[in-house]
Amino acid sequence: MPEPRRVSSATGCPKRYFAAEVERLLDRLYGTALRMTRDSNDAEDLVAEALTKAWAKFDTLQDRRSFEKWVFRILVNTYISGLRRRQARPEEQGVEDDDALDRFSLFEQVHQPFLLWWGNPEQQLLDKLLREDIERALDALPDGFRMVVIMVEVWGLSYAEAAETLNVPLGTVRSRLNRGRALLQRALWRQASQLGIAASPSGGGDK
Amino acid sequence: MTRDIRCEDVIEKLLEFLDRELDPQTEAELAHHMEHCRACFTRAEFERQLRSKVADVGQSEAPDRLRLRMRALMERF
Ligand SMILES: [Zn+2]
Repeated sequence: MPEPRRVSSATGCPKRYFAAEVERLLDRLYGTALRMTRDSNDAEDLVAEALTKAWAKFDTLQDRRSFEKWVFRILVNTYISGLRRRQARPEEQGVEDDDALDRFSLFEQVHQPFLLWWGNPEQQLLDKLLREDIERALDALPDGFRMVVIMVEVWGLSYAEAAETLNVPLGTVRSRLNRGRALLQRALWRQASQLGIAASPSGGGDK
Repeated sequence: MTRDIRCEDVIEKLLEFLDRELDPQTEAELAHHMEHCRACFTRAEFERQLRSKVADVGQSEAPDRLRLRMRALMERF
């Protein structure tokens, strides 16, 4: 079977263009699907289903320069409709007020306002955070929060694009993103404290 | 003309700043502040690096099985 050729042209043969883009984006699509489903088999099925859908409506994509975000949004929607199929009533992720939680900042936990002789604890923490630490913290987020964090931080969608994709108001994207980031940072802080990779003079006070 | 803003204002809006979701005027004010304030600059750098680590986990080497499956699928398109 011939390798799909890289087609840079924005107007070339649709099938070849599509195949080349899929080749190029597959690691990102799979990685994202893995973070959404948290299961490697489900992630493969999700990518296959989403790309089948994407091809079926490829002729509706008006500008090929937006292929990347377009296909990502199809991936997200495929995941969400899969959730709806499995749960009769999809879990509505309301964001209860918790100002203290939303203000949780990993930086504030580790930062030293005065330069101390042992240097730069926040940089040390960043250097010690492994990929698997981030994966674990992200995977622990409830769906609604995890999705917006993935959409904005991983795929660089604007808040408006995220709102449109999820079909929710802009304010919902903001509140889920704030909460999602706070939960993510708190989970990282807890892990770091347990592993002893965060040197905090306050002795690991939480929240 | 940029107004002087306080560190608290920067912290409040920092994530939106990094998301490029602020209006141009406010964005310029924050950028200006960070050119002169080491504390806010340091904090922004921290958030930026953390974010890039989060972005990295959205990419995983696709298994060969999936790659083959996709090629076979596209053959049939
Ligand atoms: Zn400042």
